[in-house]
Amino acid sequence: MTWSELLLMRHEWALIGLALVLIMLEIGISDEQKNRIHVVACLLMAAITLFGFWPAESGKIFGGMYITDPLRVLMKNILNAGVLIIFLQSSVWLGKAGMKNRMTEFYLLLVSSLIGVNYLISAGHFLMFYIGLELLTIPIAALAAYEQYQSKSAEAGIKLILSSAFSSAILLFGLSMLYGAIGNLYFTDFSLTDSLLTILGFIFFFSGLAFKISIVPFHLWTADVYEGSPTNVTSYLSVISKGSAVFVLVILLFTLFRTIQPVWQAVLYATAILTMTIGNLFAIRQQNLKRFLAFSSIAQAGFILLGVIHGGSLGMASVVYFVLVYVFSNLAAFGVVQAVEQATGKLNIDDYNGFYNTNPRLSLTMMLALFSLAGIPPLAGFFGKFFLFTAVAESGFYTLLLIAVLNTVIALYYYLLVVKAMFINKSELPVPVIASDGAMRISLLLAVTGILVLGFYSPVFDYINELCKTF
Amino acid sequence: MNPTLTIFIILLPFAAFVINGLLSNKLPHKTAGWLAVIAIGISTILSWQTAVSYFLQSEPYIRQLVVNITWLRFTETLQVDMGILLDPISVMMLVVITTVSLMVFVYSLGYMQGEKGFVRYFAFLSLFSFSMLGLVVATNLFQMYMFWELVGVSSYLLIGYYYNKPEAVAAAKKAFIVTRFADFGFLVGILILSYYTGTFDFITITNPENPAIISMTGISFMGISVLTWAVVLIFMGGAGKSAMFPLHIWLPDAMEGPTPVSALIHAATMVVAGVFLVARMFPVVVFHAPAALDVVAFIGAFTLLFAAIIACTQTDIKRILAFSTMSQIGYMMLALGVSGYGHEGLGFTASMFHLFTHAFFKALLFLGAGSIIHALQANDIRQMGGLRKYQPVTHILFLIACLAIAGIPPFAGFFSKDEILTAALASHTVYFGIATLAAALTAFYMFRLYFLVFWNNERTYAHTPHESPAIMLIPMSVLAGGSVVAGFIPFGNFVTSDLKSLETHVHLNVAVISTAVALAGITIAWLFYKRKSEIPDTIAARLGGLYQTIYRKFYIDEIYLFITKRIIFNLVSQPLAWFDRHIIDGFMDLTATATNWISAELKEFQSGQLQKYAYIFLSGVILIVLVVLYTYS
Repeated sequence: MTWSELLLMRHEWALIGLALVLIMLEIGISDEQKNRIHVVACLLMAAITLFGFWPAESGKIFGGMYITDPLRVLMKNILNAGVLIIFLQSSVWLGKAGMKNRMTEFYLLLVSSLIGVNYLISAGHFLMFYIGLELLTIPIAALAAYEQYQSKSAEAGIKLILSSAFSSAILLFGLSMLYGAIGNLYFTDFSLTDSLLTILGFIFFFSGLAFKISIVPFHLWTADVYEGSPTNVTSYLSVISKGSAVFVLVILLFTLFRTIQPVWQAVLYATAILTMTIGNLFAIRQQNLKRFLAFSSIAQAGFILLGVIHGGSLGMASVVYFVLVYVFSNLAAFGVVQAVEQATGKLNIDDYNGFYNTNPRLSLTMMLALFSLAGIPPLAGFFGKFFLFTAVAESGFYTLLLIAVLNTVIALYYYLLVVKAMFINKSELPVPVIASDGAMRISLLLAVTGILVLGFYSPVFDYINELCKTF
Repeated sequence: MNPTLTIFIILLPFAAFVINGLLSNKLPHKTAGWLAVIAIGISTILSWQTAVSYFLQSEPYIRQLVVNITWLRFTETLQVDMGILLDPISVMMLVVITTVSLMVFVYSLGYMQGEKGFVRYFAFLSLFSFSMLGLVVATNLFQMYMFWELVGVSSYLLIGYYYNKPEAVAAAKKAFIVTRFADFGFLVGILILSYYTGTFDFITITNPENPAIISMTGISFMGISVLTWAVVLIFMGGAGKSAMFPLHIWLPDAMEGPTPVSALIHAATMVVAGVFLVARMFPVVVFHAPAALDVVAFIGAFTLLFAAIIACTQTDIKRILAFSTMSQIGYMMLALGVSGYGHEGLGFTASMFHLFTHAFFKALLFLGAGSIIHALQANDIRQMGGLRKYQPVTHILFLIACLAIAGIPPFAGFFSKDEILTAALASHTVYFGIATLAAALTAFYMFRLYFLVFWNNERTYAHTPHESPAIMLIPMSVLAGGSVVAGFIPFGNFVTSDLKSLETHVHLNVAVISTAVALAGITIAWLFYKRKSEIPDTIAARLGGLYQTIYRKFYIDEIYLFITKRIIFNLVSQPLAWFDRHIIDGFMDLTATATNWISAELKEFQSGQLQKYAYIFLSGVILIVLVVLYTYS
């Protein structure tokens, strides 16, 4: 194996390096200086994210177990940037008494999971794929139960680990059927025929993956886990974990499962409608913001499927672009929720009444994030939805398009409920003025910049589109 | 100079807007004001540099795309660009806009001193300059439309600057609604044009040999070619912004804004956007849609006379100037409308020339009016008189501007008006007659204003009026300099319809007639208004109802109110409102109730019990399997 071949895997090397540095710091630093770990982790993560944009090459190593190309690298970069924002948002929470000593644990688990994400995206063999998927999930289950003395957090952890074990079983069952049909697990020689066995195998495999994206009816764990987990972990689950599963779903459907496109289009058609509608209908009723964002993220997943259904490069580009936008929008919203939660412990929409009067900047950030999620021009979210809808229109599924448009109306309604609470509703006891720390400010600034810049600067989409055409 | 640097001409005012807008509560007034002035100052220097290096090129000038960015790509063929198009008219507009903006910005430092919303004022003013500059350099119709609307918004914000004054708020709304109504036509026109040509790009669209354009002349709708329809609809937007009859009603009311704003937006720059638009589309219109040019000429001529007549009867200093602006823009429109192409393109050059000179003297007139209002805190000329003693500098500068607008040689207005009259004479005697009559009226109403304000009725004032500070007088002097010398620029060498040089010279017979009528107008004004005199009132009384009609601006506002309130509100809006409230809203309420109900019913699934979740998960898988197998086997 030559040096240049090793460099193909530089994203993973860098993250493994980060994990090792964190372990050594944990051993070598006295308890009083643990605060610095946060700074080191954020700086290194920022460096890794920037370093990731170094021009990438395509290639396969380890006999085809590991595949990389510019599009996969872009996907990793998007998710790395998301993790950077999450790192920045966790300083207050990790700085609390009782948390400080366990700070490294948090970063280490998160980085491990991110390594899993990277391998998942670059997998060239279903074994690799499965290891990546489990490496992604298991540390997160531990993190969901991070606040182990709070029953909700513990409950979230156990629910996540049990239901993901269940979904893994289903996924493996599907894989074994596919293996039975083809006799090979390498992506390179994976030639499917549309026999009954492969279709069955595909559906089981898809259901296991759909669990990660929270596609209805495999979504039921979402709200409980999102609500119970520490808010950072919820951000990670809703953005990074979901985003990586979406990416890998697109890659697999567009390459390995291309031969049974009509089947997966039909499956996605039905689940997309269900996911958008159920996500929205539940989101309307939520009072707890974390549950609210959980259901909104389910609805967003439904929209993402619209691009996947298209099956061509435009569909792929629209999905990648949408996830990119979604990372920034959702993390901006979660950032504000996190800031308020850490300062006051409040999580209900009612608690946000009169929020604008006391915290104008945070409420403007929240408003931009929600408007972007709702898809209001000229914010990035509008263009994200616009390209998804263009893809659906191009593939000719007009009924689906109509249902999607109706769903955006419902979505707009509940996003506006929060905005209304912040700006219009009066409150006797509004949230006091919050002095967020520097790291949180940087993270929100990054996210808001993303929302605005992606909306106004179109070459980003063109770039993604070019990558997807050559994929 | 590197032409891509022109982008800073546009971005600097935008930066000033962003900084002043975001920090409007924190910046000290001085910092904010000077920040905006410095930004527009650098823009001005860059514009002049651009103009010099552009016009130093050998002829014929070319249309240069110095910046071009794909902004939105909807499909492979349909895309929206943002960029900078340099050609003689856009370069000239850059110079006009930045120069007048700079003068107005500096002037405002003095005029607006101590106002509560000082920083907000400069933020909006910078936004306006940014939008206006973006408009003139637009490379395509879409970009132009966007900046067109931005200009409209900043105009709206500035007219309504004194937002606790109900008249100002009403005027802002009126301006916005009337121009938006006109812009609807603009938008439809853009859509028609781009539907047939498949592009928004100006260079492609205005190429007379473009086959898509030629084919548009062949398709007719209601007996008129679709190209003519598209162009006339686009010009409707132009007529709205340029306050042409019958879409002029917003401009007099817009005078509720601060006076420097009126100078910049409602005299020198924004209101000529319509003229610029016609000039931009000119090459294709003159060859393939001459009927549209006839419309432009007719509306221009009508507004020219119509506004000049009204201006003779008004008593509010700024409203007189507003009607005068309408009338002068009428000149520009008329000149464009009667113009030909190439060697016959005198009208085009004359129109652009008048736009250029008018910007100087009309801005000066408004700033002078501002200086007077600043001293007296009053707008009504009947409360003024004898001001030459109290404001000697303003008096001289104002007089220069009056001479320039009246068309007395050698001031700037004489040369440009002379070209317009020559072009009108070459086209039709009626147009020449109207233009000459309006020239006499212009001289009359401007000197009526001048004599009433600075001579006549030498009263004593409760508070002795004082001369304005230097920071206001210096920009006025610069503009006065422009009003004196701008006429000597050989405009035909620079700005022509076909980008080649055009020989122009003063036409003696036309010059003699126009100077004679102008002098006649001034003489009558002198006789009537130099001293207190009974003659004007006697004439007004003799004219009776006619005078009242003119004074009431031909009741156009009342007619609009009658149409909107009585006819549209009662006969159309009320039934629609009923339908909306009961049928549409009822349906919406039903949907909302149903959504809520379904949402409540579905709640059962989210029980919190993990075993149930797994059960539903598995049922889902099995259901999908069954459905797919049923479909595909």
